[in-house]
Amino acid sequence: MIFAQTQPFIRWDWIVDHLDEIWERTVEHSVLTGFAVVIGLVVSTALSMIALRFRRTYGPITWTAGILYTIPSIALFAFLVPFTGLSLLTAEIGLVSYTLLILIRNIVAGIDGVPAAVIESARGMGYTDRRLFWRVQVPLALPVIVAGVRIAAVTVVGLVTVTSLIGQGGYGAFILRGLRRTFATEILVGTVMSVVFAVLIDLVLLWLQRRLAPWQRRQARAS
Amino acid sequence: MSDFLSELGAFLADPDAWLGGAGLLVRTRDHVLLSLFAIGVAALIALPPAVWLGHRRRGGVVVGALVNVGRAIPSFGILALMLPISLALGLGIGFWPTFVALVALAMPPIFTNTYTGVVEVDPAVTEAARGMGMTGRQLVRRTELPLAMPVIWTALRVSAVQVVATATLGAVVGWGGLGRYVIDGFAQGNDVYVFIGGVSVALLAIATDLAFSFGERFVLPKGTHHRDRGELTSSAAV
Repeated sequence: MIFAQTQPFIRWDWIVDHLDEIWERTVEHSVLTGFAVVIGLVVSTALSMIALRFRRTYGPITWTAGILYTIPSIALFAFLVPFTGLSLLTAEIGLVSYTLLILIRNIVAGIDGVPAAVIESARGMGYTDRRLFWRVQVPLALPVIVAGVRIAAVTVVGLVTVTSLIGQGGYGAFILRGLRRTFATEILVGTVMSVVFAVLIDLVLLWLQRRLAPWQRRQARAS
Repeated sequence: MSDFLSELGAFLADPDAWLGGAGLLVRTRDHVLLSLFAIGVAALIALPPAVWLGHRRRGGVVVGALVNVGRAIPSFGILALMLPISLALGLGIGFWPTFVALVALAMPPIFTNTYTGVVEVDPAVTEAARGMGMTGRQLVRRTELPLAMPVIWTALRVSAVQVVATATLGAVVGWGGLGRYVIDGFAQGNDVYVFIGGVSVALLAIATDLAFSFGERFVLPKGTHHRDRGELTSSAAV
């Protein structure tokens, strides 16, 4: 115990010894995050299309997504475990359900934000509803949608660490193991890597967001 | 599956599971008290500087950075980190690491949203208030704070829900509360415990959200509008 107290707070040699595992956990974290965001985006797009087509469903859809968002992730995992076990499926159901509120809101707001004049002219040019949606409304709404994806992705990266409690986890595995051994270095590695990963993803998506809306930059330069 | 349901029924029919020393009622009470305490302390620390900076219209860059970083920080990691720190300081496991982590996690959203609420008060309104001869202090208390109240209240609501959620994880650093069911259940492979914990925490989080929505009508000054949670500048899921 006396030796434990003289141990420094961060053991750099431990980090150097575990670079391989850090890389493995990075891959795991990326996969967990990637699946959740992509599946979340698909589900949200479908639900948003329903909400846009039948306006009356927007309230109930966001209300349900809001409840899912309010339920703590650990609670959601907990009552899925009796049914789906300590599995990847449990983790992904929980993670995906967190992205829905953020994504649906941004998709609907983005589509609603497309100027009426643009839609009018597209219709005048003979665009069908489907072509109008995919060729005009979605591209113009993309910056707002990607802004939603940024928030969802950063949120999911943080939540993935909690999935270590149900045997998944990415960087969360370091946090949980460090906790069990009361080893600060390992907890710090898990936490810091998760933050770094979230910031990196945010920057990549920010770059994408800017590329998808070149007209905003052109406007900014002109004014 | 039917095993699970009959075990769940047996658990729910046992009065000790509800009223016992480590029963649902006691754990719910502990969970609520710790969450209230943490939110209160976080608000006491975060509100004054946020209002002051918003009033002076300074520090926008810092707030912007806090919003982004706040969302990226995993609450599980912060909670876990508090354990070795607490042990090193001789504060032990359980209450202190959980409490400090909850306060630390509740502060950024309260701070950033309060700041935004005050900064976004229409300059024409503050001009008019100054024109009427209000001093800086009067301006804050009679104009800026009441107008920012809806945003501040929403910030408290979001933080409270987040604190209730994170308090669940307190069980991994030795605290009690409803998280015990989940964490012990995982450790023992007891699905009934896990399920009970999950449902009770979910209900408590939803109840917290509803309580704050209900409190709105008593707290918000007349004529100010409720802001939807989607308009918040920062909130993190837990």
